Amino acid sequence: MKKYWHVINIGIQNNLTYRVNFLFRAVFGFIPLLATIFLWRAIYAGKPAGTEVAAYSLAQMTSYYLLVTVVDALTAVNEDDWQIAADIKDGNISQFLLKPIDYLNYRLCLYFSSRIIYLAVAALPLSFFIFSFRSYFIPPADLATFGWFMVSVIMTGLLQFFSSYAMAMLAFWVLEVSTFIFILFAFEYIASGHLFPLNILPPVLERVLYFTPFPYQMYFPISIYMGRTSGEPMLEGLLIQAFWVIATYAIARYAWFRGIKKYSAVGG
Amino acid sequence: MPSPATPGSVASKNTPPLAAKLMHESPAPTPPAALPTPHFLRRYFGIYLALWKNSVAREMGFKSNFLLWIFVEVLWFGLQLGFIGVIYLHTDTIGTWTQWQVVLLVGASHFIQQIFQAFFLVNCTQLSELVRTGKLDFLLLLPVNTRFIISFRQVDLGGFVNAGSALAVMAFAAAKLHIHPSLLQLFGFLLLCVAGILIHYSLMFLLAGISFWTVRAQGIVWGYYNLFNIARMPDEAFQGWFKAVFTFVIPMLLVSNVPARLLVDKMTSVRPMLLLVGMAAVCAIISEWGWRQSLRRYTSASS
Repeated sequence: MKKYWHVINIGIQNNLTYRVNFLFRAVFGFIPLLATIFLWRAIYAGKPAGTEVAAYSLAQMTSYYLLVTVVDALTAVNEDDWQIAADIKDGNISQFLLKPIDYLNYRLCLYFSSRIIYLAVAALPLSFFIFSFRSYFIPPADLATFGWFMVSVIMTGLLQFFSSYAMAMLAFWVLEVSTFIFILFAFEYIASGHLFPLNILPPVLERVLYFTPFPYQMYFPISIYMGRTSGEPMLEGLLIQAFWVIATYAIARYAWFRGIKKYSAVGG
Repeated sequence: MPSPATPGSVASKNTPPLAAKLMHESPAPTPPAALPTPHFLRRYFGIYLALWKNSVAREMGFKSNFLLWIFVEVLWFGLQLGFIGVIYLHTDTIGTWTQWQVVLLVGASHFIQQIFQAFFLVNCTQLSELVRTGKLDFLLLLPVNTRFIISFRQVDLGGFVNAGSALAVMAFAAAKLHIHPSLLQLFGFLLLCVAGILIHYSLMFLLAGISFWTVRAQGIVWGYYNLFNIARMPDEAFQGWFKAVFTFVIPMLLVSNVPARLLVDKMTSVRPMLLLVGMAAVCAIISEWGWRQSLRRYTSASS
């Protein structure tokens, strides 16, 4: 276990080198979200006062997007997938086959440390962003809701990481994985609730989405936080989320297992 | 949002052969400023032609990858249109913009972005790698304008294909709106698109120049890429400081809104058009000034 603390430590130091990069990423990342919030404002402004869109008031809609930034800062996979793919392509993983370090755990530690540094750097713009919309930032109903939200966010983080890891395993078979990563990301972006809350979709479409892991990568924890999912459906949702975490973990492990058999240590 | 090049991956599969090829193709070193204009233009045109040939050859070397990237772009374009579709399930207008007007706007924005991408994006993102690895040395030594060679080194042919899909969507939206733009409108639209592309290029090149200070500027360049998301939103959704900043400082709200307005007859006066062209000129001048400042900081990489 101790060696993985070292990995986290190294990861933190490594990520600190790119703090300016992170800061810019965070600041620029808010701008489109801000624009989306303004877009909704204009839509609500064109309607009679107090109108709700799919049971969202303007305040709730704004709150939704603020929560998207928070969950995103906590769980987004930044460059891990590129780096894993590059490690495979360049033959850097050879050393892990020899060392008593598990590559998946190693990457998980690095992911964890990059999230810590990202949060530390993004804290300032993030809190400024939330502060300027503080009247819309609704606290969770009670402590238990917040607790379940955090449980769900942690699973979201794991789900994000394992699915990215599994995707990066494609590098064992194809030279250029970036296209595949972007295709997955496109689906995730729209189907996870990044762009808009999923329940403003036509009900049929929304129900179909729940058969995929995507809603559990963003929308689900937010719906817990906002009290839109609670009680039994929430527990059921958490179980399904846990299932997806285990499933992506299994796929990630299996893909690695298969990949290693094919691996020929290019340039190693 | 989709980035056609991943940080690192593109940067590694180029440079030396291309630069080496250029060395052979360019004539003996002569001070460019002293040359008479026609000759000067012809020479740069010749160089650019060589760069094109090189890009075509490179793309054809990775055919399936080339097609996959087009698929990725089409997917993201569809995603944006889907977003518009979902929003208009719940409203009839945003400001005065109706659904098909916004579709045309998104199409125009995609068109501008893709043409920009075809000519400049990869080159801008690679500047920081050139600085970090010190490969810029080599380009500085070439007997051509350094900014020219950095900006135009590589052409992303997929961008042209995607620009075509953007035009198709725009034509469809125009048919839905029952508008028949005159030749003058179409010509004006293209001119305004050029101004918009100039703005994107100037600003992104300026940002890429930050790499002379912080070495790893790719995050900054990709950060700028986020701003494309604003360019495709109807300007009337914004007010106050946000509108002011993204009109007069980073003119994202002009880049595609003004050309789209011209096409859908939403142009009430010539002022927005003049503003767009004026801002393009200002951005180009600032970008050139910033580039000269940045270049002074260049110390090469230890080797």
